[in-house]
Amino acid sequence: MSFFRNVLLIALVSCYMPSSYAEMTIEITEGVESALPISVVPFAMQGASGVPVDISFVVNADLGRSGYFKTLDKQSMPGHPSTAEAIQFKDWQALGQNYLVIGQVVEDHGQYNVQFQLFDVYKGQPLMGYRMTSTAGELRKTAHHISDLIFEKLTGKKGVFSGRIAYITSTREGRKSTHKLQISDADGFNAQTIASSMEPLMSPAWSPDGRKIAYVSFEKKSAAIYIQTLATGERVRVAEFPGINGAPAWSPDGAKLALTLSKDGNPDIYVLNLNTRALTKLTSSFAIDTEPTWSPDGSSIVFTSDRGGKPQLYMMSSQGGQEKRLTFSGNYNARASFSPDGRSLAMVHGNGSDYRIAVMDMATKALNILTDGRSDESPSFAPNGSMILYASRKGNASYLSAVSLDGKMQQKLVFDSNEIREPAWSP
Amino acid sequence: MKLNKAVWALAISAVILSGCSEDEKDASLTDGSQNAASGINDASTSGLNGGSGMSGSDMYPNAGIGPEFSDPNNPLSKSTIYFMLDSSQVQPDFVPVIAAHAQYLVAHPGQRVVMEGNTDERGSPEYNIALGEQRAKSVISMMKAQGVSESQLQAVSYGEEKPVAAGHDEAAWELNRRVEIAYQGK
Repeated sequence: MSFFRNVLLIALVSCYMPSSYAEMTIEITEGVESALPISVVPFAMQGASGVPVDISFVVNADLGRSGYFKTLDKQSMPGHPSTAEAIQFKDWQALGQNYLVIGQVVEDHGQYNVQFQLFDVYKGQPLMGYRMTSTAGELRKTAHHISDLIFEKLTGKKGVFSGRIAYITSTREGRKSTHKLQISDADGFNAQTIASSMEPLMSPAWSPDGRKIAYVSFEKKSAAIYIQTLATGERVRVAEFPGINGAPAWSPDGAKLALTLSKDGNPDIYVLNLNTRALTKLTSSFAIDTEPTWSPDGSSIVFTSDRGGKPQLYMMSSQGGQEKRLTFSGNYNARASFSPDGRSLAMVHGNGSDYRIAVMDMATKALNILTDGRSDESPSFAPNGSMILYASRKGNASYLSAVSLDGKMQQKLVFDSNEIREPAWSP
Repeated sequence: MKLNKAVWALAISAVILSGCSEDEKDASLTDGSQNAASGINDASTSGLNGGSGMSGSDMYPNAGIGPEFSDPNNPLSKSTIYFMLDSSQVQPDFVPVIAAHAQYLVAHPGQRVVMEGNTDERGSPEYNIALGEQRAKSVISMMKAQGVSESQLQAVSYGEEKPVAAGHDEAAWELNRRVEIAYQGK
């Protein structure tokens, strides 16, 4: 290997990206018909220096974007009450509103006291109310938290607005590209670059506790897998064997990393114990075996293999043993991802020249194709299992999309960067 | 008060990746001015790495090795092997090119080459890494069969990560399904 070191020139750009870089717009391309009418009234603001984040605006956008709610714009509202006494429920009933959210933000020496209440418009009764304190920097987070509380109260499902997403962007200038591993809020705000390189970065994978990200970097002109601690930026190189070092996947207990290595000649699945650094080889076919993913109970690993001629998904015990083919429909099934409850398996499903996101019911093995793009890749489940985030392309535009598990609801998240790929929703 | 106060997210700090650093802890700098300075240094260094400089270096990437590599009548001037969709089988058209490189490498046992395997953008990125490696290894095994020493040959796969053609249609995909024969020390 040493002669390769000699020819390595530094191909890495060091950079410090303090804050929001890629801003994003979200379009709801398909929503549910049964969306609940809700009005989020602009919160009353008090305080000398104003409030840097419009909390009610963020909550309104979160709820609307989820597809579960139909929001009312503030011009159409019959009033902007900020206390329970000021609400004229009849006016809101007349507008067909089911739910109403009001609130206040009071600034006090750099601290913000935020309170909100959710009302059932027909019963004229409060359903929920919270008071919380926030710094200026945490106001968006507070807003997403409010959205989560409202969402869970009204749908019974856990909200995912406080989550984060990791993804890779590439910006090409002439023959050179800059690759970045970024993390943003679930709505695309607060994008931060946690790694940047002139060589490719790939395959970000969140640790189950959400504190670390494993990824592949070609910064030394060959592949290596790193684990980076988000809070400190410190990172450890965990795999740098000859050939492929790819497709890292955390075990559900966070103690192991499944990965792909080709050090023995062709790509096989291995499990690396992160405590002992012991490496166990799980597959040893003469074909490509890659893209391992763990079942949520940790007992099984599903991976992509072309041992049958075309890439298909196979399942085996995470301890090793017999491999069983899972997919039979279509000429390309790859990059599996389990739903948090383990009942569904999302994948890239290729038929002809189209690559789409499909989901398999693990009990019946029925395959349901959820998207209709030509180049849909890298499915990642939301932590509540309701949506699948994936990378998509139309012509020269690449973007992230989310689709509900039944395919009925779709959102498109458009960033301003040239290329955006490989999204991963935080746990 | 159910707000999660962990707010690890807000504490994410940007990290400097250093291509040369062996000590991973050194890779993380927190001082802003240092970051800015090293950013400039690295950016200019990578500018040198970008090649160009000499005109024609794109067409004949191994021109620095010897004059035969930029002679359009010499098969050594060709350094890219193209592949069919989802295939790592070398097409007959490229057999003479690989043979010429094999012959050169047998005659120059100190010369090393990296076979850089690439794919088009369709399908899954990690699967494409594996496919790109298979393409690189197809070329390597042909060279080995013609007497090139294993120690002269290395495979690297970039999968779909390093397209030469920026488009998103069949014309671009054809150009991106390739192995580049990269002579070292050029």
